[in-house]
Amino acid sequence: MSAEHPEAAGSSEPRAKRGLWAWINKRLPVDSFISHELTGYMAPKNFNFWYFFGSLAMLVLVMQIGTGIFLTMYYKPGSAFSSVQFIMREVPWGWLIRYMHSTGASFFFIVVYLHMFRGLLYGSYRQPRELLWVIGMLVYLALMAEAFMGYVLPWGNMSFWGAQVIINLFGTIPGIGPAVTQWIRGDYGISGATLNRLFALHVAAVPIVLLLLVVLHLVALHQVGSNNPDGIEIRERTGPDGKPLDGIPFHPYYTVKDIFGVGAFFILFALVVFFVPTFHGLFLEKANFTPHNPLSTPADIHPVWYFTPYYAILRAVPSKSFGALFLVLALVSLILVPWLDRSPVKSIRYKGWMSRVALGVFVVSFVGLGYLGMQPVEPIYVLLARVFAIGYFAFFWLMPFYTRWERVKPVPERVVYHAH
Amino acid sequence: MRTNRCGWASVLLVAALGVTMAGRAQAADTGATFGTHWQDWQAHADVADLASLQRGARDFVGYCLGCHSLRYERWSRLGKDLKIPPDVLKKDLIPPGQNARDYMMSPMTADAAKWFGKQPPDLSLIARYRGTNYLYRYLETFYVDSGRPTGVNNLVYPSVAMPDVLSSLEGLKVAVYRTVEVPGPHGTRIKRQVFAHFRQIAPGSMTREQFNQFVHDTVNFLDYVSDPPRLERHRLGVWVVLFLMVFTTLAWLLYREYWKDVR
Repeated sequence: MSAEHPEAAGSSEPRAKRGLWAWINKRLPVDSFISHELTGYMAPKNFNFWYFFGSLAMLVLVMQIGTGIFLTMYYKPGSAFSSVQFIMREVPWGWLIRYMHSTGASFFFIVVYLHMFRGLLYGSYRQPRELLWVIGMLVYLALMAEAFMGYVLPWGNMSFWGAQVIINLFGTIPGIGPAVTQWIRGDYGISGATLNRLFALHVAAVPIVLLLLVVLHLVALHQVGSNNPDGIEIRERTGPDGKPLDGIPFHPYYTVKDIFGVGAFFILFALVVFFVPTFHGLFLEKANFTPHNPLSTPADIHPVWYFTPYYAILRAVPSKSFGALFLVLALVSLILVPWLDRSPVKSIRYKGWMSRVALGVFVVSFVGLGYLGMQPVEPIYVLLARVFAIGYFAFFWLMPFYTRWERVKPVPERVVYHAH
Repeated sequence: MRTNRCGWASVLLVAALGVTMAGRAQAADTGATFGTHWQDWQAHADVADLASLQRGARDFVGYCLGCHSLRYERWSRLGKDLKIPPDVLKKDLIPPGQNARDYMMSPMTADAAKWFGKQPPDLSLIARYRGTNYLYRYLETFYVDSGRPTGVNNLVYPSVAMPDVLSSLEGLKVAVYRTVEVPGPHGTRIKRQVFAHFRQIAPGSMTREQFNQFVHDTVNFLDYVSDPPRLERHRLGVWVVLFLMVFTTLAWLLYREYWKDVR
């Protein structure tokens, strides 16, 4: 009996040979999937605070899809602005669903930025996780496209002019630029046709791509195993049972830990949704509470906060074409990080002072650019944006040098973990 | 025809309110000066102040609805949210010919664009678009300016198209300027006129304090209309956050219990 019913977590033995469950498992690998990906997936035991944000990003994705489906039931591209007000005022609980969705967009980026910072901090992009990082960056790009399109849908004045600015960026592509922008808009200017196609892309095309990329991100993660704050490969030190000495089953240890993370996350989330859903004009902007008006340009056009670092880079460059080029380079630099980092160690814990300073410069530059991207164009702000843009790019382009020159600390053989 | 009837009703209501207010209010002192720091004036909007919202609704119907609609707010919702009994709502607020289920639409016709130069905007979301302090300062800084077609101008919104519809309450005031010297090109000095303060030149039916209260109530009401579920949201939010705190505490205890095994 006991041989057929192993208690040990992580076994891929079937639980029962008879009955409905066995019938299902013969046809669909439910048990083996659970044991392979959850109860038998060994994660390093030294995950810290920064490791909450991967699972939280998935939670927000699910929440955005759930609330988004309900919004789609009442949103009408033909009378976009009014239909959003109808949802906010007349649909039972419509205001809650809509605020969850709009707040969820901002929280998605908060969580994803912290998740990416974790990767930079502990070298989670290093060999053998290069592809994991690249897929993650593709998730980020898809998320940016999804967020931009979602921002246009309420069809407020900032939606309209934001769409104008962003879609016109494609006009800087040499030669085919104007034709491409017209093709994207489906019209000679931003119009109802543009809104309808952005709606289609926002609710169908991009979410499918996002989900697919997230699945690939997880498959790649489970293929190579999770990194950890020490940047040590736990699969290289296994016990007699073949399991990593520093690994613990993802379920129940990290599922129970992540439930706590979810609770803490939802407290912050609920505080915003119920008490400051516009977040003082940062999550829902003032200029978007008036219907779109092609004849009235808002005094100061800028995207929502999560795009402003790139917007500041765009504006810091005197020529629009080169600005767009640097915007693309800013994203490409992020994707190339796995090949820019030449350090013999992964984690910031064992890297030298140059890497620490560089990462600090990067964080200050990114936040600084984010702030400046929301400010009006004034000489002092443009100057500061240029300084921060140099800081941003220096972090990436000097990485091959400072990661090799600096003196690193010795990496321990086992992960650092203090039991509770 | 129906719009015309509503129009007359609004005018009558405005007149009736004006008369009652004139009866109990004292006029502001002619010659009084104020407003040096108008840019610091605060609306102090508070959607929990039900009495203020009710007064604001009455004032809006009396003084604003003649031209400005609230196209996303139904009369019935106004009554429910502000706890106005249905019979009072029907008798004192809803214009004849409209039902409680109707939206708060102005009787103003498309001709308004001809009269004022532009169609008076819908005000459903104006408090979110402009902010309450902006609205408060806007309604408080009309002043006599004979150079304008309407005879008035505004500090917040220069060359505004809207006439000073509250002048019967507030009276008339002029802007007094002082001259300052600022550095000009090539080391020259340029003299420039900057706003110094207002001076009251004709009394209205209200004292300054009463008028400030009137504007506060109206702005407060517009703040409510811009986001009607707000009161419910705040009430519910407290319970949601409390529940999540209990849930998170239990989740933390469970996590500690499980992780005792990890060495």
